[in-house]
Amino acid sequence: MIVELGHFALILALMVALVQSTLPLWGAHRGDARLMALAGPAALLQMGLVGVSFAALTWAFVVSDFSLAVVVSNSHTLKPMLYKVSGVWGNHEGSLLLWVLILAVYGAAVAAFGGNLPTRLKARVLAVQGMIGVAFLLFLLLTSNPFWRLALPPLDGQDLNPLLQDPGLALHPPFLYLGYVGLSMAFSFAVAALIEGRVDAAWGRWVRPWTLAAWVFLTIGIALGSWWAYYELGWGGFWFWDPVENASFMPWLLAIALLHSAIVVEKRESLKAWTILLAIMAFGFSLIGTFIVRSGVITSVHAFANDPDRGVFILMILGFFTGGSLILFALRAGAMEARGVFALVSRESALVANNVLLAVATFVVFIGTIWPLVGTMLLGRDLSVGEPFFNAAFSPFVVALALILPPGAMLAWKRGDIGRSLRGLIPVMVLAVALGALAFAMQTGRTALGPIGLMLGAWVGFGALADLWARTGREQGGARFARLGRLPRADWGKATAHFGLGVTIFAVSAMLAWKIEDIRIVQEGESFPLGAYEVRLDKVEDVQGPNYTSTMGWMTVTRDGEVVAVLNPEKRIYPVAQMPTTEAAIDYGFLRDVYLVLGDRQQSGGWAVRSYIEPFANWLWAGCILMALGGLLSLSDRRYRVAAGARKVPAGVPAE
Amino acid sequence: MTAFPKRRWANCPPYILALFLAVTPAWAVQPDEILADRALESRAREISRDIRCPTCQGESIDDSNAPISRDLRLIIRERLVAGDTDAEVFDYIVARYGEGVLFNPPAEGANLVLWLAGPALFLVGSALALAAGRRRTAPEVALSAEEETRLKEILKE
Repeated sequence: MIVELGHFALILALMVALVQSTLPLWGAHRGDARLMALAGPAALLQMGLVGVSFAALTWAFVVSDFSLAVVVSNSHTLKPMLYKVSGVWGNHEGSLLLWVLILAVYGAAVAAFGGNLPTRLKARVLAVQGMIGVAFLLFLLLTSNPFWRLALPPLDGQDLNPLLQDPGLALHPPFLYLGYVGLSMAFSFAVAALIEGRVDAAWGRWVRPWTLAAWVFLTIGIALGSWWAYYELGWGGFWFWDPVENASFMPWLLAIALLHSAIVVEKRESLKAWTILLAIMAFGFSLIGTFIVRSGVITSVHAFANDPDRGVFILMILGFFTGGSLILFALRAGAMEARGVFALVSRESALVANNVLLAVATFVVFIGTIWPLVGTMLLGRDLSVGEPFFNAAFSPFVVALALILPPGAMLAWKRGDIGRSLRGLIPVMVLAVALGALAFAMQTGRTALGPIGLMLGAWVGFGALADLWARTGREQGGARFARLGRLPRADWGKATAHFGLGVTIFAVSAMLAWKIEDIRIVQEGESFPLGAYEVRLDKVEDVQGPNYTSTMGWMTVTRDGEVVAVLNPEKRIYPVAQMPTTEAAIDYGFLRDVYLVLGDRQQSGGWAVRSYIEPFANWLWAGCILMALGGLLSLSDRRYRVAAGARKVPAGVPAE
Repeated sequence: MTAFPKRRWANCPPYILALFLAVTPAWAVQPDEILADRALESRAREISRDIRCPTCQGESIDDSNAPISRDLRLIIRERLVAGDTDAEVFDYIVARYGEGVLFNPPAEGANLVLWLAGPALFLVGSALALAAGRRRTAPEVALSAEEETRLKEILKE
């Protein structure tokens, strides 16, 4: 009964979305206030209905209702409760329902908190958001219905893929979707602005918080996925340039570009057409990502659902929204004249350079991702593109971006002085080069990647701090410290996020360049050296888990005779899914992780053991967290809080 | 969308899946594969990172658990011990398994499009941005000598 209610609510939500996407649009065109006013309640109602539907599916998973096909193939009575719940979105149908739910939540958020938006714009934004809802609700109901019943329910389910039974991965999809779907807001605002034929500073200020929020979620989601891959897949890799990872990476890169170009719209009323185009592309790439993951067209280790029918449907959605909005763009872009002019050397130009580099980097990832498809369909050749290509073709643009970031971020608006920016950065430059040289001297005969990464990371990171310091004025002494605390949150957000980028750049190159690996056969009781450490395999035991059996090793890590950690790497077997997994044991540290993996018992006696020293691994996650934190700080800046609610507070001019 | 390795082994043919279930999974590089000669071994690792597992798609043979990847890793080491150069080893493998196993498509023929697309777009994008910038700044540059002197006078006042 509850399941039927959920199904019914989903169909009702489609009806409401149909109303939401048509009548307010017509009302906005005709100037009919009553029709426009329909948009808000419709968006709230749609969220409520999809919410009921999602709750019903969750309930079915929690009570293990095996009359539902999707529960049978993804759950089991013995599974821990956390994974019963996360199993709701651990499959194609359920995750799509979550997608639709988040879409509806964003729409409802605009309806509830968008009080200061002009009525007409609000109606149009919600209508476009409603259209996306219609498309995905249709997709859900027609090709991927999670409420599909089985005539003969089995006694028990087939269990969730054991690799997915992990707390990190339970949270990864919701964050990722909050990010992807959040970009639909930027898209809806862009299309609404195109329909109105007007983009101004106010539009930039409305669209930027949504993009910022989406980007923060996307950052957290990608970092969670990367962290999960690091500790779960058993060889300490954190990024594989897999098509599905790229699918989340491309919108992330474009969202960064959009964040920065929206600043120019907001502060200088320039780059309007380009910003609209970016908003369309960022969401377009979210849809392309959906297509890649759910069509099975591109081979990926992460393939989700390999169903060509679904692929065709998503392709139609993709074609309708990107094609339609691009046509609209071609018709209306001419109407968006730039007001602010700027010189070749200016903050605006630096942000244009940022956008060019990010757009090109996205394009490189895109062409590398689809090239195997091009090979099969157009060239008739079987081609693969992997890490070596991306490292060679993508990295140069990131390096260029990192090089121009600190001086660009310090240039004045309208007309800057590059010499002055660079003079302010001389200490940073000296520090970065010195650190790089130090690293080069300490490592002998290894790749130059580590020192270069350290130099670039320090340049970006300390450059961000220098920028923040420069904003406190020119006088000497304590007054500047006091002023530091009074700087707008947007300034702190900018510095934090840029500093996080520097940390990330350094950590990535350190992990790639300075990783130590050791693969060997070890007898119980035997020790072996690993970098500066000594590792001893004490014993191996069989252990019983809640829904798996485990072969667990006891390994002691010592340094100069002192015990650093006792670690328990495991090999698990999940009998229901008939699948083995490896659980690496990691001693997390500030400067390095010790990463141990237990392999097979050897015929000669002893165990295969893989061990790694992962240098600065925690810095990578810290860098991602700092970037997300920077986004949150910017989001809490006064000008958005003021814009978001209290109209009685006069909207202050931003301090920049 | 999600980074779910939902069906990590889904792309392997059923018989390989059956092998997985019968025994616990074979390891990515096994201890018994490693060559005593460290220079040769590190060359073998470099090469195997650039070769895709023919049955499990998205993984390199260096990371892959599939038996065929183990065979390929052993072949690479055999060829290296026999004195092949890296290029000869790649040729040997491509001749037997097709160019699809190369993760790093050589920059020649149609693949040039792949390699040059990024730099080409960068040049075009920069040119467009510069052109747009020129147009935007044009009116500002036009300050005649007369206006300059007048500006100075105003500033003095």
